[in-house]
This record gives sequence, structure tokens and C-alpha cells, in this order.
Amino acid sequence: MSGPSDFQLTNPALKWIERRLPIMGLVHSSFIAYPTPRNLNYWWTFGAILSMMLGVQILTGVILAMHYTPEATMAFKSVESIVRDVNYGWLLRNMHASGASMFFLAVYIHMFRGLYYGSYKEPREILWILGVIIYLLMMATGFMGYVLPWGQMSFWGATVITNLFSAVPYFGESIVTLLWGGYSVGNPTLNRFFSLHYLLPFVIAGVVVLHIWALHVAGQNNPAGVDVKTEKDTVPFTPHATIKDMFGTSCFLIFYAWFIFYMPNYLGDADNYIPANPGVTPAHIVPEWYYLPFYAILRSIPNKLAGVIAMFSAIIVLAFLPWLDSAKTRSSKYRPLAKQFFWIFVVVCILLGYLGAQPPEGIYVIAGRILTACYFAYFLIVLPLLARIETPRPLPNSIADDVLAKSSGKAAPMVSTIIAIMVAGGLLFGGAQSARAEDQDVPPSVKWSFAGPFGKFDRASMQRGLKVYKEVCSACHALSYIAFRNLGDPGGPGYSTAQAAALAAEYKVKDGPNDQGEMFERPGRPADYFPSPFPNEQAARVANGGAYPPDLSLITKARSYERGFPWFIFDFFSQFQEQGPNYVSAILQGFEDKPPAGVTIPDGSYYNKYFPGHAIKMPKPLSDGQVTFDDGSPATVAQYAHDVTTFLMWTAEPHMEARKRIGLQVFVFLILFAGLMYFTKKKVWADAH
Amino acid sequence: MTTASSADHPTRRDFLFVATGAVAAVGTAAAVWPLVSQMNPDASTIAAGAPIEVDLAPIAEGQDIKVFWRGKPIYISHRTKKQIDEARSVPVASLPDPASDQSRVKEGHDQWLVVIGICTHLGCIPIAHEGNYDGFFCPCHGSQYDSSGRIRQGPAPANLPVPPYQFVSNTKIQIG
Repeated sequence: MSGPSDFQLTNPALKWIERRLPIMGLVHSSFIAYPTPRNLNYWWTFGAILSMMLGVQILTGVILAMHYTPEATMAFKSVESIVRDVNYGWLLRNMHASGASMFFLAVYIHMFRGLYYGSYKEPREILWILGVIIYLLMMATGFMGYVLPWGQMSFWGATVITNLFSAVPYFGESIVTLLWGGYSVGNPTLNRFFSLHYLLPFVIAGVVVLHIWALHVAGQNNPAGVDVKTEKDTVPFTPHATIKDMFGTSCFLIFYAWFIFYMPNYLGDADNYIPANPGVTPAHIVPEWYYLPFYAILRSIPNKLAGVIAMFSAIIVLAFLPWLDSAKTRSSKYRPLAKQFFWIFVVVCILLGYLGAQPPEGIYVIAGRILTACYFAYFLIVLPLLARIETPRPLPNSIADDVLAKSSGKAAPMVSTIIAIMVAGGLLFGGAQSARAEDQDVPPSVKWSFAGPFGKFDRASMQRGLKVYKEVCSACHALSYIAFRNLGDPGGPGYSTAQAAALAAEYKVKDGPNDQGEMFERPGRPADYFPSPFPNEQAARVANGGAYPPDLSLITKARSYERGFPWFIFDFFSQFQEQGPNYVSAILQGFEDKPPAGVTIPDGSYYNKYFPGHAIKMPKPLSDGQVTFDDGSPATVAQYAHDVTTFLMWTAEPHMEARKRIGLQVFVFLILFAGLMYFTKKKVWADAH
Repeated sequence: MTTASSADHPTRRDFLFVATGAVAAVGTAAAVWPLVSQMNPDASTIAAGAPIEVDLAPIAEGQDIKVFWRGKPIYISHRTKKQIDEARSVPVASLPDPASDQSRVKEGHDQWLVVIGICTHLGCIPIAHEGNYDGFFCPCHGSQYDSSGRIRQGPAPANLPVPPYQFVSNTKIQIG
């Protein structure tokens, strides 16, 4: 990709191929002999990290598509069967779902790096614009991918985002109908989103090739921002850049693995574990964290069309950056004012992300407007102005000079940057979680045996929990994702296969049609699923005063509560994931006969301290002595609640123990590997510094 | 091309490189495993492949039925005396895939032939009661099986396989 090569082959067979298709010479000149500036820092390894993430997303995505069903009535269930039944399906799904977040995190770092070091300036304008195109494609791909699990957030995210186009004058409604393939978001929408979600990553890969091509024509920028002048300024790509990229990548993998194995739902939304329901919108619609700054901009403009234009402009403006910032000096290292404004801009983006997750009311709206103004001011006023008034500091003569000068203390700014980025990232991540601001009691944190990196399910507790479910909950609540065979699975309640089969045989299961064409009942088999108490939703509603008792299979992942700042940052480190079980256990114990003074509960509802709005349709389900345990555990509501919640945590994530066990192995491996890479990198670079 | 050239400790350097490369290779191999393993039947497919029971009472002599087990068609033939005699009179050694009729049925239930109805040539479904041997005829490439499901003529290399099954009573079998 970088012009004629002096690449020589001796093997006659390879020579024969090379004369006809010079692919080895291309690889050699692009990824082996390619001269790379010797002063690149670790922010430059994010290019390699992004390539890896694209590869990981495509690979895991192609695999998930082998098991996924893009059909409105089956999509949610097929995702659940991936994580429950497919070999390592839980791992692949976590990799893909967290992978999207990691991809965006890396791309944001990559973009901010380009911004800071002026990598968009002449002669890299096309390179930068290709990057903006990749980013736009990523946003479209990420959005459509989030729709595929067909949960509540999927459905309503799709509704809200496609409705953005209804702001277009005259044609808005027609465009939206065209996007939906119907009169509302539905099966045709899901189907085309799946098709496009599969297509776009390959388009991204194509644009990435152009991006790298443009990069190899112009050559890489570098922290000093001065051009490569002599050979002394560069090192060959292989082994120097290769090994450094691999070390950077292995460190990034450790961070990525933290989410895959220990915090798989930290970046997600509990509402997306509720199947899509076109009749009920979740209380707070929040996009994934990586869209939050733009979502905040959208919401801060009080006019529909103007809001949509502002949101898209916030991205499009990036493409004009090479001409908005006409300063000759590339690197902000030598631009004292630009450097300060850069960091202010970073903070503005993070705060916008935080606001995007907050309800659009009161102070949040005003702050959103101010920050939106700051966002655009940075591009449209600050950068053009700085180019005219700022006096840059003197540049080093060459990259080699920059490397020599750097030997003295540069650790401090690096450390502060890392801390700033970490705090910022935490804020942004957590912002997504902290949307459900309700005026209510927070469920108390319970000590669960399955919490933490080494957590395991308490088998005795699960078996008691199953008993509580069978004798009490199952009168109204289904458990339709759990088959009897699951009770004998490793990591489950610890029954043998025979015990699971005997338990199945206690149930009557509808089967058929038989040879006479009639449906019949037979004893349950291990492959059967827990039968539901009602034949359909309508029957369930009639029997329960209009309320639909939710399926309990996923309840501990489908319920959550706000943790708030700064708890969500600590949660990232402490691996706190137990909002769901805390909530379920609190609801079961939160009933009070008399509502507190001043609270009125409508007829047919009951007061519950922890239920949002306090009026719950479910009567107090458990009372002391209701279920008798064989193992002498106390027959109290507290014990019932604890046991049934433990059991329901397992039903929500049957492979949790495998996830944590493999996670530990992966961590030991990755830390060893990153350590080895570090020393290998030091050896390779020993004579380059 | 490479410039790493610390001649002082060549062995230590080489060891580091080899160790890093080896760990990377192990990691790659471990990472490939789940990517391949996911292609195997999932837990629900395996559970659905549990044994099935088939009632033989309604099958009259000379008739056969087709049932499905693990997605495969299973032929259950109630053979006539003539069919059994034909199958037993042929010299075993003269067959392309030698096997006695006795070895392909359950003792005391000689009239019942249970075979997986998938041609051993390329997987088509042979038609029962056709061909020259009172058995099965595969329409795809002309393989012919006799009344014991043994290959007699045509490109198929082996007899129709007998699935694992047992008699739970005189008129009921469990396949699987």
C-alpha cells in the first residue's frame, strides 16, 4: 500500500505466485517493512485494538446468527436459548454484547486521540473523513444490533430512533413507514434490521481497508505532529509496532474480559430482559451509553426538527474538522490553548453523556442546552478562532529529537489522563444505569452466595426455592424458559438426572396430535418445560384482576433500581450485580397491611414498600409457615424470599457458575500473557529508544 | 528487517520470544474451542433426541410404518414368512456387506425388522416393498436392499443400519 517495494523472494513457487498476484509484497510493504514513527505512544495502539474488535464482532456475530431467529414472536426466545442451550452460547453472546461497548469505547479513544494530536490535518483529511464514515456506520450497526434481542428497550429504541425521521418535512411519515415496512415497528422491521445488521459490518470492513490505505499513503501522524524526515525517525512496523500493538491489545482484552465474565449486564438495561410489548413503553427510554451525548443534544432542543438536525450535525461537523481547525501545528502538545480547550471538550462530551441518561426535566434540560452550545462552540468558534490567535510553542526539529527530549519525566500527564478517562468512562457507563429516578425506598442489599467473582449458588437454598415456587408462585407465574432437564444440569440445583425425570413425571403435559388427530395429556419428560398456569395472557389477566403475572424465568435480570452516583462507579470494581435479586427479595417482604398515612391504594391493589408507585396487583404471596422445609430451615417469609430469589437467579442465568469459573481461568491466562508481551515488547524496543 | 540484536543474551531473549509465542498459541487454541463447539447439537436438541416408544400392535403382517427418531426416518417392517425365509436363505458370504438376518433382528421377534431408512450411499430415503429383493429400493441411484435391509445391488457400500432399540413388551419397542 505504500508504493513500490524492494521485497525479494527466493522460493520459485512463491515467485511464480508473486509475479501474478503481488500479495506477499503488499503485505510485506504494508505490515512488515512499513516505516512507523518511533515516538508513537500507546494511544496509537487503538487502531489495532479496533481492528481486533471488528474481527471479534464479525466472528461472534456470524456465529450468533447461526442460532438466532429474526422473527418477532421467536427472537427473544431464540436469544434465551442461545445463552441457555447452545454450547458456550452465553460466552459468545456476552462477547458480542459487551464487544459493542468495547468497540465504541475504543473508537472514542481513537477519535479523541486524533483530535488531540491533530491527525485530521493536511495531508490526512480523507483518512479522517473515512473514519467519520466508519463511525456513522458503527452507530447504525450498533443500533440495529440492539434491536435484535427484541426486548422492551430493543422495541422502544427502534420506535424512537426510527421516529427521528418523521421530523423530515412533508416526507417524514412516508419515510418512517418505509423504514418500518408496516404501520408500526414489527416483524418486517426486525427482519430488515437483522439483514442490515449482518451486512453493515462488512461495509465497515471495506471502509476500514480504505482507511488503512489512506493511512499508509499519508503515513502515520505522531505525538510530536512533525513529519517523518529521515530513516532515523522511524522503526519498521514489524516487529516494533506489531509487538506494541499486541501488548496494547492484550491489556485491552483484560478490560474486555472483565465485562464478559463478571459484569455482562453492567452496560445493558434490565428492561431488555422483558420481551417486547407494543402496548407499554418503559418508564425511561435510554439508549446504550455510547449514544448518550447525542441523545442529550437531541433532547435539549425544544423543536422536533431542529433537535434531529442538531443531533445529526453533531456528528457531521466532525467531517469538516480539517477545515474548521486551520492551525498549522498538529499536536496539541505544542498548542497551550488548544490543549486546555480539548480537555474542556472531553468533559463536555462526558457530561452530555451523563445528561443523556437523566430524565429530561428541570436542571437537566438547562444543563443540556448549555453543554450543547459548548459542544458546537468548540468546533465552530473555538477551533477556528484559536487557529488565528494562538501562538504555538516551538516544535522539535524531528521525531528523533522528540524521542531524545522525552527521556525526562512525562509520566505525570499520562497518569492524569488515564485517571480522567477512567472517571469519565465510569460516569458515562453508569449514566446509562441511573435513569430510573423514582421517589421510593431502595431495596436493601442482601448477602447472596452467588455474588462476587467466586460466587456459587447455594444448592440447598435453590432446592427450597424450587419448593416455594412449586407450592406458591406457580399458581400464577410461569417459568417457561426452564425445562425439567435443567434441574439436573451442572451449576443448577444439584438434582440427579433421575430426580429431574421423576419431578417431570409429576406434571401433566399437553402433547399431540396423536394418530387420531387429537391432543392428549401425558406425564412430563425431562425435555419438557415447566407448564404455564394459564393457557394465554388473557386468561391470566382475567384470573388476576387485570394484571398479567410475569414469567419468572428472567425476573431477577429484568428488574433493577437506580444505584446513583457514585455507586455505579464502585459497582464496576466490586462487581456488584445484584440489584435484581435484591429487588425481588424486597418485593416479597415489602407488603404492609396498612399503607402509611397519606398513601391511598386503589381497590384491587396492595401496598408494597418497594414496588414503584407502591400499588401492586399481587396480594401478599408468602406468610410464615406456608411452606414446610424438610431440612429444618425456618419457615419464615424472609427465608422463603431468600430461597426463591436464589432459585430465580439461577433460572435467569443457569450458566453463571461456568461464567465465573471460566472467567477466572481467562484472567489468569490474560495477565500472564500481557506480562510476557510486556517483556517481549521491551526486548524488541531495547535498541529503538 | 528486524533490529533486535542484543548479542549479549541471545538465549534468554530467544526463550522469552518462544515462551510468548507458545502462550499465544495456547490462548488461540483455547479461544477456538468454543467457536467450534457451538456448532454441535445444543442441549435442547440433545434432550429432544431422547428414546421414543412405538406401539407395534396396529402393524399387520406385510405392512411397515415409518417413525422419526432424532430426525431420522426409522422403518419398522412386520415381515411375512416369505420375506424372512428369503433373507435367511441367501449365503451370507455372498453379500457385499456380510451379516446374517439373525444378527439384524431381536431374537424371538424375527418378524420385526427395524432399520434406519437412510440409503448408505448418499442419504436418500429408500422406498419399501420395491426392488428385486422384496426389501427396499433407493430411487436416487438405484441401490437395492433385501428384506433384511442388507445391500444387494447398486452403489451403496453398506447395509441399512439397525438403530439401538429393545422390546419393552411383545408389542412395544423403545428406540434409542
